[in-house]
Amino acid sequence: MPTATVSPAAVSPVVAAAALAAIDGILADLFARLGDRQDQLLPVLHGLQEGAGYIPPERVPEIARHFNLSLAEVHGVITFYHYFRSEPPPRCVIQVCRAEACQSMGADQLLEHAQAALGCGLHGHTADGAFGLEPVYCLGQCASAPALTINEAVFARVSPARFDALIAGVLADDARTSAMQASSVEVTV
Amino acid sequence: MTTMQIYVPCDSAALAVGADEVAAAIAAEALQRGLDIRVLRNGTRGLLWLETLVEVETPAGRFGFGPVEAADVPALFDAAWSPGHPLALGLVAEIPYLARQQRLTFARVGITEPRSLADYIAHDGYRGLRKALDMAPAAIVAEVTASGLRGRGGAAFPTGIKWNTVLKAPGSEKYIVCNADEGDSGTFADRIIMESDPFVLVEGMTIAGIAVGAARGYIYVRSEYPHAIARLETAIALARHHGYLGTNVLGSGRAFELEVRKGAGAYICGEETALLESVEGKRGIVRAKPPLPALAGLFGKPTVINNVLSLATVPIILDKGAAYYQDYGMGRSRGTLPVQLAGNIRHGGLIELAFGVTLREILYDYGGGSASGRPIKAVQVGGPLGAYLPESQWDTPLDYEAFAGLWAVLGHGGIVVHDDRADMAKLARYAMEFCAIESCGKCTPCRIGSTRGVEVIDKIREGTQRTQHVVLLRDLCDTMLNGSLCAMGGMTPYPVLSALNHFPEDFGQADTSQHAA
Repeated sequence: MPTATVSPAAVSPVVAAAALAAIDGILADLFARLGDRQDQLLPVLHGLQEGAGYIPPERVPEIARHFNLSLAEVHGVITFYHYFRSEPPPRCVIQVCRAEACQSMGADQLLEHAQAALGCGLHGHTADGAFGLEPVYCLGQCASAPALTINEAVFARVSPARFDALIAGVLADDARTSAMQASSVEVTV
Repeated sequence: MTTMQIYVPCDSAALAVGADEVAAAIAAEALQRGLDIRVLRNGTRGLLWLETLVEVETPAGRFGFGPVEAADVPALFDAAWSPGHPLALGLVAEIPYLARQQRLTFARVGITEPRSLADYIAHDGYRGLRKALDMAPAAIVAEVTASGLRGRGGAAFPTGIKWNTVLKAPGSEKYIVCNADEGDSGTFADRIIMESDPFVLVEGMTIAGIAVGAARGYIYVRSEYPHAIARLETAIALARHHGYLGTNVLGSGRAFELEVRKGAGAYICGEETALLESVEGKRGIVRAKPPLPALAGLFGKPTVINNVLSLATVPIILDKGAAYYQDYGMGRSRGTLPVQLAGNIRHGGLIELAFGVTLREILYDYGGGSASGRPIKAVQVGGPLGAYLPESQWDTPLDYEAFAGLWAVLGHGGIVVHDDRADMAKLARYAMEFCAIESCGKCTPCRIGSTRGVEVIDKIREGTQRTQHVVLLRDLCDTMLNGSLCAMGGMTPYPVLSALNHFPEDFGQADTSQHAA
C-alpha cells in the first residue's frame, strides 16, 4: 500500500495523480486568499512548497496565468531562489551550514562525515530516497558552530558523534511510523 | 507554598542545543517530585556558550545554571538548584560578560518572554511610540537624526537623514521596509532581536511609519529563520489585537500595518534594492542607483529601508531622548554596537557595547581566546565580504572610520574567529565561490569575476604559474572593486585581498610585506 510520504525513488501513477489533485486544492486556496498582485508570487510559491513539499513544474503555467506573467518570468523566479525546489524532497532533508563560522569549527569535516555516513554526496540523496544532503549558508548559529538542520529543525554544536545520534533518532522515528502504518487499517487514496 | 519560577530560553540557539528537552525535563521532574514550578520561556541572554542557560528566580535576582542538558535536570533538583551545583553561574546579571555590557537595543533581551505583550509593556515597551504620537513627524525625524544613529549594514548611513528624505518626498503612499535578511556568517544580532524581543522591532517600525507618513511596513525575513518569523507573526498579531497596529494606532487617528515577508534563500536579497525586487515578487536582482529607494523604492514609492538593529534602536531613542543615545560611542560612531562574537571562540555570543572597544579586548576579555585552545590566526569582521584581520590589527577600536582606515569594514559587527589551522587561501577561494553562487548575475564583474576568481585561486593553490596568477588575481579584484554594481561583487575582494596581503605564505608567496592597504 503506498504511503502518503512520497519518495523520489518510487512514485506510482496513482499516487502522482492523487498528489497533483491535492496540490490543485492548495493552489486554489492560495489564489483565493492572496489575490493576483505580483507581490504575492513569493507567498504563493512558499505556500505551495509548504503544502506539497515542492513546486510541481506542471503547475507553473497555471501560476503564470493567475498573475498575468509569462512562463519565463515565473520560471525565473523559482530558479533564482535556492529555497524553492521543483522535485519532491527526500523524506528527510539535512542542510549542513558551510559558512565561515561553521568552517572554523569543522563544518568541512562534519560534511565529509555526513557524506560517508549517509553514502550520498552534497546536493544528492540516498539510494532509498530517505535522506538528502544540501548546503546552507548561515543558520545564525555562528557562536555554536557547526550547525545543521534536519527538516528545518536546527541543531548546533554538531560533532560527528552527535550527527550519528541525530540520524539514529530519525531512523527510529521512521521505524515507529511505519510500524503504526502497518498495524492500521488500509487506506485507499 | 510559593511557586518556583524557572526560565528556559526559547531562542533558536538554545533550541538547537536542546532547550525544549530541558524545559520538558524540568516540568516532568517537578511533577514527579510534587513541586510547584512554573517554567517560563524567555529569550536568550546572548551568552551562547552557556546555552541552555536556565535561570531560577530568587529573592536576590535570577540565578543561572549552564550549560544545562536534559540529563542534568534530576541532579539539579537533587541539589535543590543550590549555588553549590557545578553548573551554577551565580546571579546572571552579575556574570562579567553580561555585566560589563551597555545594553540599549538589547535592554530587554533575555529578560522578557518574547511572546508576551504584557511583559514587553511591563519592561518599558511602547513608551517610545507613545512619545512619538505626541510629536510632529519632523520632530521625530529630528530626534533620530540628533541621536547619531547610523545604519547597521555595510554603509553606515545616518538613519535620520534617510528618514528625512522620505518625509519630504512627495506623495502620500510610502513604505517602511525592514531588511531582516541577515545572511552574513557570524551575524545573529537580528535573529536574537526578532526571536527574543520581537515587539521592539514592531514598535520601531511603527514609529518610523508615523515619522515619515507611511501606513504600511514589510519585514523581509530570510527563510533560514523560521523561529524569527514565528515570533514576529505572534508579536504583530498581539500588537494589532491591542491597538498598537491597525487603522487607528493607540487612538491617534494614524494608521500603520505590518506584514512579514519570507525570503527564499538568496543572499543577494540582503542588498536593499534586490530586497525590494523580491518583495515585489521578482528575482532579487539589484537596481542601479539612483534613484534612491528613499525617493523611488518599494512599488516605485518613497521607502525607508533600514536594518533590524537600526529600527529596533529607535524606541529607546524616542523614550530616553537623542542625547541619552548620543552619549555612548566615539567620533562619528555614536551609541552602541551589538558585536557578535562567533566561530572558533571559547565564549561566543552577543556583546552590546559603546563603539570604541578594541578587537583584542573582545577576543580575549570577552571571548576568552579560541575554542580549540590554539592561537588565533585571523579574524573576519563584517560578514563574508569583510576583511581578514591579522594580529597586528587587533588593537583597532571598533569604529566605522577606524576600520575604513585599515581597508576593512565593521559592517554589522559580526566577528568570526579562525585558529592557526585556517588555510587563508582556501578561505579566499571560498569568498569567491560564495560570490559566484550568490551573485544576482546582473553585472559582469561580479558574475564572471567571481567564477574566474575561483579558477585563479585554484591555480595559485596548486602552484601553476603562481606569481603571474597572483598578479592576475589582484587585477581581477580591482575590476570587481571598481566595476561592480553593488557591494556583493564590490566587496568580495576584501576577504580575498586581505588574506593575500596578510597571509601570503598560505598562497605560496614569500612574506614580502608588500601590503596594498
